[in-house]
Amino acid sequence: MKSRVYCSILVLAMLVSPGGCRRSSGNRQDEGFLQIKGSDTIVNAGQMVSEEFMKVNPYIFVGVTGGGSGVGIASLINGTCDIAISSREMKAKEYELARKHGVEPNEITVAYDGVAVVVNMNNPVEHLTLDQLRRIFTGEVKNWKELGGKDMSIVTLSREVSSGTHMYFKEEVIRQGKKDSVAEFSSETLLLTSSQAIVEEVANNESAIGYLGMGYVSDRTKTVKLGKKEGDYFPADISHVLNKKYPLSRPLYFYINGRPQGIIKQFIDFTLSPRGQQQFAETGFVPLEAGFVQKNK
Amino acid sequence: MFRKINERIIETAIRVSGFAVIAFVILIFLFLLKDSLSLFRVYPLKAFLTSTQWLPISEPPTFGIIPLLMGSILVMVGAIVICVPIGVATALFIAEVAPGYLKMILKSLVEILASIPSVVLGFIGIVWLGPFLKTTLHLNTGMCGLTGAILLAFMALPTIISISEDAIIGIPRSYKEAAYGLGATRWQTMWRIVLPAASSGIIAAVMLGIGRVIGETMVVMMVTGNAPIIPHSILQPLRTLTATIAGEMGETVGGSDHYYALFAVGLVLFVITFMLNFVADISLRKSRK
Repeated sequence: MKSRVYCSILVLAMLVSPGGCRRSSGNRQDEGFLQIKGSDTIVNAGQMVSEEFMKVNPYIFVGVTGGGSGVGIASLINGTCDIAISSREMKAKEYELARKHGVEPNEITVAYDGVAVVVNMNNPVEHLTLDQLRRIFTGEVKNWKELGGKDMSIVTLSREVSSGTHMYFKEEVIRQGKKDSVAEFSSETLLLTSSQAIVEEVANNESAIGYLGMGYVSDRTKTVKLGKKEGDYFPADISHVLNKKYPLSRPLYFYINGRPQGIIKQFIDFTLSPRGQQQFAETGFVPLEAGFVQKNK
Repeated sequence: MFRKINERIIETAIRVSGFAVIAFVILIFLFLLKDSLSLFRVYPLKAFLTSTQWLPISEPPTFGIIPLLMGSILVMVGAIVICVPIGVATALFIAEVAPGYLKMILKSLVEILASIPSVVLGFIGIVWLGPFLKTTLHLNTGMCGLTGAILLAFMALPTIISISEDAIIGIPRSYKEAAYGLGATRWQTMWRIVLPAASSGIIAAVMLGIGRVIGETMVVMMVTGNAPIIPHSILQPLRTLTATIAGEMGETVGGSDHYYALFAVGLVLFVITFMLNFVADISLRKSRK
């Protein structure tokens, strides 16, 4: 009986002491918990940034989870995350919903990305125009033969509807940037749950074509060059995204509620600092300033 | 005196837990109903049940449940065709044919099968089964209904085997002795006497297995391709009710039409599993008589 009492005192002491130490060593602003949620495209980069951030600020814990840009924005509106990472802009309807829930979204551009179009390594097709890409994903073109490839039917791969890349692709490619267009992905398009699943399927399936953020480009798949018009093709790489020659270039965003304050501000400042930007470059994205690129590549 | 009070307390506790379960089911149903009805205030029920397109993020959205329902049904039928013969045969083998030591090994293997997490099966489906089916059947993609059906069949097997086996063991010895006494062979006895006598238990096993299949989410979301088309064959990609809810729930904002539409899908799923369990329960009761 007596030993049990000692035991529980010991456990209690162990539970309490780290908290006590923490309070005495750092100032109070340097501790807390940040919940970051959203885009699967940038979740890996976000994870890297947060790990670096936690090295500098050991008493701020940052949790980064994916699910898709839509998931992040919905969580910001529902109040279940501090920062939403997104690969697309928030829609007018989402701003409206946010205000209804008492959230004032604040947009911060943190990096750039190119949406890469990938095919199987054995696919001879090297480049596509945006119009060809649109016809592939709306189901107008069904065979690689029509695009100068082998005689095999095209399997189109897309992300789930919660993905910001899905929305971006739909607006820029399927609807050609026209606001009044009602074109949709062909209903035969496979909706995969992650960018990694697209990599797997493209690597294994000779007739597949998919799209994903530059961070997921690997040597297991072939990235096709894209052009706005025939003969004018550009690869999805850092320099062509920065000079906007690559047609599917886009910014990546952080969304927060109101003005950045406290640890949220600390994290955002860190993300925009050279050390934070370097993490984006290392995970395959394009930092905000060209200076970082030359240093790392 | 003390013992009497003790008895009382335990009795009440058990009764409360029993009623709590009933209350939970009713509350879940009411919750689903409430949120689904919110959808039908802004979106017509008729369109929900008859539209052939599921385009939740378009402007305006279309919430047609038919492609999803067809997807679920097709995968379910595929899984049943695969797992019922195998499951019932295995149960017969374990209960009637296998010698004692084999019986023990088989039973524990079936239990291990039941404990494989569905995400592991899904992973096997992505990296091995899908590509395998693609090359052997010359499909466009291995992400199709059949891949899902095969994996789901594996998930339903343990349920079907263990409940059918119980039903088969429960048959009175005298039935079999009578059959042998009339000169029937072992196979004749099993096929004509044992199976019919255990049929209602086996039907219950199959129903519970189906319930498991139609409610499974992770596997189908990972391997069936999730294309919201009305599938014409099991070799096509398809999208199930469960994968739709799991895939889209995260991005909906509480109170939006899309959010309510997913609850309506959940209600449909609940009604289906409820009916399956109800039928299973009736036949289980029959078998015990």
